[in-house]
Amino acid sequence: MGRHTALHQSLRNLPQRCLRPMAVLCLAAMACATVGWTGASSAADTQHIKIGYLHGPLSKEKISLIDIPAPNEGLAGAQLAIDDNNTTGRFLGQQFELIDSEIKAGDDPAAAVNALADQGAAFIATSLPAAQLLKAADAGKARGEILINGGAPDERLREQDCRANVIHVAPTRYMLADGLAQYLIVKKWRRWFLVSGSHETDKLFAEALRHAATRFGAKIVAEKEFKDTGGARRTDSGIAEVQRQMIDLTQDAPDYDVLVAADESEVFAGYLPYRTWLPRPVAGSAGLVPTSWNAAFDQWGALQLQNRFKKKFQRFMTPLDMQIWTAVRIVGEAASHANTSDAAKLFAYIKSPDFSIAAFKGQKLTLRDWNLQLRQPILLFDGRNTVSISPQEGFLHQVSELDTLGLDRPETKCKLQ
Amino acid sequence: MIDTRVIGHLGLTVLLLASTPAPGFAYTAYVSNEKGNSVSVIDTDTMATVATIKTGERPRGIEASHDGKFVFVAAGDDNTIQIIDTATRKIVGELPSGPDPEQFALDPAGKFVYVANEDDAAVTVIDLETRKAVAKVPVGVEPEGIAVSPDGKFAVCTSETTSMAHFIDTADRKVVANVLLGSRPRAAAFKADGSELWITSEVGGGLSIVDPATHTVKTVVHFEIPGLRSEKIQPVGINITHDGKYGFIHLGPSNRVAVVDGTTHQVVKYLLVGQRVWHGAFTPDGKYLLAANGLSNDVSVIDVAGLKVIKSIQVGELPWGIAMGPK
Repeated sequence: MGRHTALHQSLRNLPQRCLRPMAVLCLAAMACATVGWTGASSAADTQHIKIGYLHGPLSKEKISLIDIPAPNEGLAGAQLAIDDNNTTGRFLGQQFELIDSEIKAGDDPAAAVNALADQGAAFIATSLPAAQLLKAADAGKARGEILINGGAPDERLREQDCRANVIHVAPTRYMLADGLAQYLIVKKWRRWFLVSGSHETDKLFAEALRHAATRFGAKIVAEKEFKDTGGARRTDSGIAEVQRQMIDLTQDAPDYDVLVAADESEVFAGYLPYRTWLPRPVAGSAGLVPTSWNAAFDQWGALQLQNRFKKKFQRFMTPLDMQIWTAVRIVGEAASHANTSDAAKLFAYIKSPDFSIAAFKGQKLTLRDWNLQLRQPILLFDGRNTVSISPQEGFLHQVSELDTLGLDRPETKCKLQ
Repeated sequence: MIDTRVIGHLGLTVLLLASTPAPGFAYTAYVSNEKGNSVSVIDTDTMATVATIKTGERPRGIEASHDGKFVFVAAGDDNTIQIIDTATRKIVGELPSGPDPEQFALDPAGKFVYVANEDDAAVTVIDLETRKAVAKVPVGVEPEGIAVSPDGKFAVCTSETTSMAHFIDTADRKVVANVLLGSRPRAAAFKADGSELWITSEVGGGLSIVDPATHTVKTVVHFEIPGLRSEKIQPVGINITHDGKYGFIHLGPSNRVAVVDGTTHQVVKYLLVGQRVWHGAFTPDGKYLLAANGLSNDVSVIDVAGLKVIKSIQVGELPWGIAMGPK
């Protein structure tokens, strides 16, 4: 009796994902037998599509305890997208499977890419730093692998170092900076005080903010660097020290409307709000932050995705979760419309003008054909709520208003090959 | 730009308040107020709100029984469909809708209710007589719109992330056909003769005209309004006149209802209504269409023959949908 109950319990506790294949087969058989336009397909020729998720370790170096990532950040987005793909796939005789692959920081990803190719995953969603991503793309090229970058915001991956087998879902630093800048211009907060960190990624974001200021007519009235000398983040009894430090950092600037911080490394920006010498709002890496997603976003049906995510993982959905969800959904969406599991045909469809993906942003998202970057609105998040969504009204473009965010076709250095 | 529109709308309202609608129709309209947690009762003779009925949390989908004795309203946050007795205007029971009900539809015989369970990828079938759920049919991700064919043979459910319309055989309660649509399909409605199925798409930005016999998309109607950004034009509710001559498509935050020719599928006219127009209902004589404007907390009255807005009626907070019953 005891054993019986235990077995029953363990069956109940099986993740939905494990039970699904059975259901998929029955339903697919049912659907295909009756749906005219899926033609002669039957359960026997269900299309199987494997998608890899290749990622490095998550950084736990965060200023706020709240921001320390859950161990499955990113992966959870991939898993939910696989569920969603399969719910749709069961009506079309398509079955999706995820293969998770984690590598260490700095490792050569070639072996992992080859292993995914050997297992039959032609599409690989990635969350890797730029250098590792390029190595992965080049290793995958010979095997016909297609990467979908859901993590790296670097312009160079879409510009001089672009690759023909890499689709980009993550917004670039320029897109994020432009989305923020448009709003600051609308608010008439044109005088910026730019404070940037001393790490490479901080410098790249600072450069994106400078570019955005020039593009939209803001003026950087002062610039300052915050040197990471170690030990700046959370420490016991650090509050009083930080308060004094932030006053020192901000007190000798000429008058400005908004402090714009570039601190991807999470060394200081989180300490700026309410601690600046002058009472001014903070934006960029803290305060008003441009992102692809936030856990409070509920427009355009997003509430349904948030609910689905929370029900499955018992936590909030982060920008990385959303970017990886979108990466995996792109493959599912292409498979529904192109009605194939052939990777080359799916990739051709994704690159065609017919392709678009709905990602709860109120409009269809499409790829820039010159560098395979996903066009997307940028959410401005105050840590609690979505303050605004860019592009802002009045920022016009002859092709798509979404192309007012990030480098545009005439400026591109990308030659896809 | 927004200011001018608002002023325009208000001006129109003030102007039209002075004119009285033609007398001689006596129906009752029930408006679900999503934020007010209530149903406003409108007497269509006087075109005024005459009562407010408290409901459960977040009432959205609303339908009347065919005999007019009951109004059913989906209280999403309470995970139930409440039953209002139209004679006493009291809640007299509920239907086991499954989680977070939004849109639902009655079959022509008035025997079964089909409910889209948004968070559950399923359609729940409820027997109205026993008030019990008799089946749960798995559909695509985020089921939203639902409609039953005039012959009662099929219930059609749209799923937003899957981007399909699923045809459910009402006898077997199984999905028998699927149609791939523009992104994020919303509401669905059949022509009264069953010849066409109309489905709005939020992100696809259009209206798909589907042939229910062959399960194919015949054409897609697109909406463009000069001076408005495309994401402000979100097609939602559909009301097709009984003779199939016109379809009225509620275009959400564009504050317009589009009039689509039922034969040529061309947009004939855009009617300026209140803010964020969502769903509507015809008076049973077909003379008037009432449209719920979520953000302006009112209902626009459209003269169907004249294709013009003749009045607006104040209701509760965030009106979502409308059901029509006898007086």
